[in-house]
Amino acid sequence: MLSNFQLLFDFPVLNIELLLNGLMIGGIFALAAYGLALVWGVMNVKNLAQGDFVIMGGYIAFVVYKELGINPLWALPVAGIVMFGFGWLLYGLVIRWVIGRDLFTSLLATFGMAIVIQQLLNLIFGPDVQTADSGLGTQLFLDSVPVQEIRVLSLAIAGILALMVILFMKNSRMGQAIRATAQDPRAAKIMGIDTDRVYAFTYSLNAAICGVAGVLISMIWVIQPFYGIGHSIRSFVIVVAAGLGNLPGVIISALGLGALEQYGGFGFGTEFQQAIVVGLLILVLIVRQIMQARHRQVVQ
Amino acid sequence: MSTSRRTLGLYGGIAIASLVAPFVFDSYISQLTVLWVMVLFAITWDAMGGQMGYNSLGNIFFFGAGMYISAVVQIGLHYDVAEYTAAYGAIKVDFTPAQYHVGLVLGTIVAALGSVALAVALSWVVFGLRGPYFAIGTLGVALAAGELVGAWEYVGAGSGISLPVFPGEPEVGERFFYFAFFIAAVLSFFFFRWLYGTRFGLAINAIRDDEEKAEAMGIRTMRYKTITWSLSAFFLGICGSLFGNYNIFIEPLEVAFATVVFGIPMVVMALLGGKGTLWGPVIGAVLYHVIKEATWKYFLGWQWVALGLLIVVTVVFFQQGIMGWAQDKWPELFGIEVEEDSAEGDREAA
Repeated sequence: MLSNFQLLFDFPVLNIELLLNGLMIGGIFALAAYGLALVWGVMNVKNLAQGDFVIMGGYIAFVVYKELGINPLWALPVAGIVMFGFGWLLYGLVIRWVIGRDLFTSLLATFGMAIVIQQLLNLIFGPDVQTADSGLGTQLFLDSVPVQEIRVLSLAIAGILALMVILFMKNSRMGQAIRATAQDPRAAKIMGIDTDRVYAFTYSLNAAICGVAGVLISMIWVIQPFYGIGHSIRSFVIVVAAGLGNLPGVIISALGLGALEQYGGFGFGTEFQQAIVVGLLILVLIVRQIMQARHRQVVQ
Repeated sequence: MSTSRRTLGLYGGIAIASLVAPFVFDSYISQLTVLWVMVLFAITWDAMGGQMGYNSLGNIFFFGAGMYISAVVQIGLHYDVAEYTAAYGAIKVDFTPAQYHVGLVLGTIVAALGSVALAVALSWVVFGLRGPYFAIGTLGVALAAGELVGAWEYVGAGSGISLPVFPGEPEVGERFFYFAFFIAAVLSFFFFRWLYGTRFGLAINAIRDDEEKAEAMGIRTMRYKTITWSLSAFFLGICGSLFGNYNIFIEPLEVAFATVVFGIPMVVMALLGGKGTLWGPVIGAVLYHVIKEATWKYFLGWQWVALGLLIVVTVVFFQQGIMGWAQDKWPELFGIEVEEDSAEGDREAA
């Protein structure tokens, strides 16, 4: 186990490779985490089905790649649209009854949805690990570090999508309505905003973002019906570490999580990767708690 | 007088039915055995979630911890544990009945105490968290435990540990474990029934209703929370130890720290029956178990989809549970007096 860490000292180039891979995967984690923060902030719903939306997006890419035989990059708009519709459906069936209830309700209800989604995916696609091949090659960075083109492209797509969403939230009518509802739902209602529609749109937008992130994940990594919980936990780690409504924080902690996970997976072995993510969640919660305890003492 | 007689009749009826059931419904004995496991799950969860208002999603942690602690003790009494697990079942355990029972009792005691120790150690981490953070944090503890044990070679990592088989006839073994779980569940029921009637019960209810106020009234909330969490852990540790031996084989993700199979259903059973009531978790556990077995029988392959839907429907549309619904419908049965005057006054005011 320690010999692997020794390797990092002996071959510094490995560090660059791990770091780059981590940052590129972290960029995609940031998308799902942003979606979680959006739904959390606007609707006060903790969506534990977040990772399962990601995996659903991944399977849409897989279907496009396997059944239609075309490049999975085409699945990006398809996954966005399909998941948007799916999000709207779920909102109408479940989420609209959860809004305004205690926070535990939304956690448990979305966990139930996550179980249904992963089991349905398992019934349709089977429990095998799948991936969608984009057919892009590998380049050498600095003449020694192999970098897959698809990872760079994914990071760029993630960045563009994030920018689009941010611009949408800032400038469009619906984006403004969403932000107004997040600030004060009652006041927004009085001002004539259909908050029910705003919530439906927010939840669907989150599902669409997750779907696109899932397409990217399926191309640079692997998907499996039960991997969703790992992605959900990642989103929670990122959002809890960054704090709500802190977009730069979300991006930084997502990139950090990606890099940490790569390092941990390399150092301890891949069987510890999931454990590292969950361990980070607990660590982040403990750190937050210590900070709050200090804050409480100051107040006293 | 009549109420106490009715209660006595109820307990007597359940006791007789439970004692007779394994002999009459011989072919369903494994389902009946797991039923008591489920009842114990729901009761111990309700102590935390229902009575104290701390909705834990990770109580399964103590079940798994107890299972592993007991397994290590039982094997460790006679073998080298690391060697045994490294052989992947190539070493066959050969215990005399006396060795088996001593190991089981000793393992269960250590498992119960070990779970309590873990609960006390963890309480510092989790009880600073409130509301949804507490739920996510405890869920994280359970998931992390599953992953870590799954990578820990000493306890067999992902391949798990095979445990000794019950010495004697298989039917006797089945009945033995049925009554073991029955006694564990009944003990936990009467223990918590007694506990809710004491000052301690009032204190944890106060924590549920308003923790700041409870603290301001001089209740040492941290101590009460730690003790309640430890009591849950105590019974879950016992249950885990027994379940490991009942199952013969233990494994981290599907048996010991099975969040989807046991961890979340714990919560759903308590909600389904009505959390924060004495009988609610019991009723919920029985109902959930019956639904689960029925879906297993008639919707094989779709059973988890059906159970996921049950979770969503219960949580979203029926959170007051059966007991809560009954209390709304027939308040007089529960000794709740609705004052007609004040109700009318409200109507006039409206």
